[in-house]
Amino acid sequence: MTTRIDRRFAKLKAEGRPALVTYFMGGDPDYVSSLQIMRTLSRAGADVIELGMPFSDPMADGPAIQAAGLRALKGGQTLAKTLRMAADFRKDDDETPIVLMGYYNPIYIYGVDRFLSDAKAAGIDGLIVVDLPPEMDEELCVPALEAGVNFIRLATPTTDDKRLPKVLQNTSGFVYYVSMTGITGAALADTEKVAAAVARIKSHTDLPVCVGFGVKTAEQAQAIGASADGVVVGTAIVNTVANALGPTGEMAADPVEAVASLVGNLAEGVRAARLATAQ
Amino acid sequence: MNQPLTPNSFRTGPDEQGMFGMFGGRFVAETLMPLILDLQQHWEDAKRDPAFKAELEGLSTNFAGRPSKLYFAEGLTKHLGGAKIYFKREDLNHTGSHKINNCLGQILLAKRMGKKRIIAETGAGQHGVASATVSARFGFPCVVYMGSTDVERQAPNVFRMKLLGAEVRPVSSGHGTLKDAMNEALRDWVTNVEDTYYLIGTAAGPHPYPEMVRDFQSVIGLEAREQILEQEGRLPDLVVAAVGGGSNAIGIFHPFLDDRSVRIVGVEAGGRGLQGIEHCASMNAGRPGVLHGNRTYLLQNEDGQILDGHSISAGLDYPGVGPEHSWLRDTGRVDYVPILDNEALEAFQVTTCVEGIIPALESAHAIAQVMKVAPTMGKDEIIICNLSGRGDKDVHTVAKMLGVEI
Repeated sequence: MTTRIDRRFAKLKAEGRPALVTYFMGGDPDYVSSLQIMRTLSRAGADVIELGMPFSDPMADGPAIQAAGLRALKGGQTLAKTLRMAADFRKDDDETPIVLMGYYNPIYIYGVDRFLSDAKAAGIDGLIVVDLPPEMDEELCVPALEAGVNFIRLATPTTDDKRLPKVLQNTSGFVYYVSMTGITGAALADTEKVAAAVARIKSHTDLPVCVGFGVKTAEQAQAIGASADGVVVGTAIVNTVANALGPTGEMAADPVEAVASLVGNLAEGVRAARLATAQ
Repeated sequence: MNQPLTPNSFRTGPDEQGMFGMFGGRFVAETLMPLILDLQQHWEDAKRDPAFKAELEGLSTNFAGRPSKLYFAEGLTKHLGGAKIYFKREDLNHTGSHKINNCLGQILLAKRMGKKRIIAETGAGQHGVASATVSARFGFPCVVYMGSTDVERQAPNVFRMKLLGAEVRPVSSGHGTLKDAMNEALRDWVTNVEDTYYLIGTAAGPHPYPEMVRDFQSVIGLEAREQILEQEGRLPDLVVAAVGGGSNAIGIFHPFLDDRSVRIVGVEAGGRGLQGIEHCASMNAGRPGVLHGNRTYLLQNEDGQILDGHSISAGLDYPGVGPEHSWLRDTGRVDYVPILDNEALEAFQVTTCVEGIIPALESAHAIAQVMKVAPTMGKDEIIICNLSGRGDKDVHTVAKMLGVEI
């Protein structure tokens, strides 16, 4: 069974360029603006969309994404609304893959079976659940695979060759390589080290390998994209939304336009990536 | 929720996956997984190593002052006119609470693992002080994360930590309490995986922490069981302890779990009452969920967002509880009851006046429960109450509650 994720990566492989994977926080700063941002991401050149599910206690995220999640929760976002946002997006885009990203508790409370069936109906293609390592696969990963939803795993610099097969075992869609230890939004890792890590993971799997944590500019996207199958940008997008808000959270500028311009630049970066390596 | 079958023994958990029934587990980011597996391996090895055991026992005796006394609280017993009340005097330990038991065990483990830096979270500051103490003793730099609300209400402990050479980092996210401090400690750990040891202060978090912390704290119950047999020639009728994360409680409960004649009661912080959200009674008013690496009872809303609780006592101000308590609750072996802020405050004052002991506000919750039940019990019945810490740190909070300026 192929998903939109499989089809999208196959298409990009044929084009010979890496994917631009963009993360944003669902519901930040409010439902309507956030849905507009989501639509803008794909129009401005994002190949895969990671739709953040806000959580009160995001233990693996830096201050930017923590704050975005709190803004979304304050704006009334819930898991049900995040699913509805995906369904609304699907009304005019049936091709761009959507990956839900967040923490397990809201899904657990929603109910795993109900969640998978509603996610599938909403046009969700994959899941990244930060606090579910392979040791906890029976919770959600295995049921997701049975439901035809990709379960995308994070591999990190602490995932050594001995552990990598376990991490990859039930992974589908793509592998998300977190290029450094630490929380989201911290400094960028050395591109040579990233290239070596991507090669190491590729020696264990045929899945596309996307690299994230710390990518902020088109140049960085281009550099990482030279070795990876995809470049993930999250904090930079979330910050762009935050910068459009005034001190009390009111809309001071147009976040949609700012996101469009950032993502447009990043898309040029990834499109130049393989071109640069080919020359 | 299905009621689990009554097991042959309540003392065999967790299983290899770190589960106590449906509770516990290892719900952590992949970055931390190799570390947790490594920690588990070192813990398994250390448990079997007589040299590790001997070093820990030596420090427990000569540095921490164990065994702690089992003290007949004659004043309180007379005052209440019912069952005989014994206090397990963890307040007499070095650093003033049970927290040192766990910190000594874990610092030896950190040393054994070749770690270079200690991080810890703290609520009331008791665990922070104990962590700073063992770090000073063994020459580790130590960073303690503490919610900014707690930094304010536990100022004496903050200063003690600083004197001991630790860096106290206030955490202002959320309500600035223990939950937020734990989030921030986990972020530090995930960033500094190579050299950092995370010294978790309670019997919660990802496996193997709940088991390991319980084992280090079980010395409380092992001693108490032996002491009561020696002093009274029989087991107690009731054991009571306060439960925040639940390390002092699991420490005294665990050795009694298979003594079916002993009733066991854990006391949760009922705050200003269970009707709203101003309490921390996760097992009385919460439901199972996943936070901080384990599945356990949590205070949360219908969307699975974690709520900030409230308690007069910073050490009980946590929206979750250790997973083994959740399991003991569901199996029915232990009863968990709430005690309100004002009931704890009254117990604090009564104990101070009739017993000459100033208990920590955490421990005062357990004493408040004893004050409720002791008068209904016979004079030949015996209660052991875990006096988990001393209350010097709380005098400012109590003065404020009583409207006294000091």
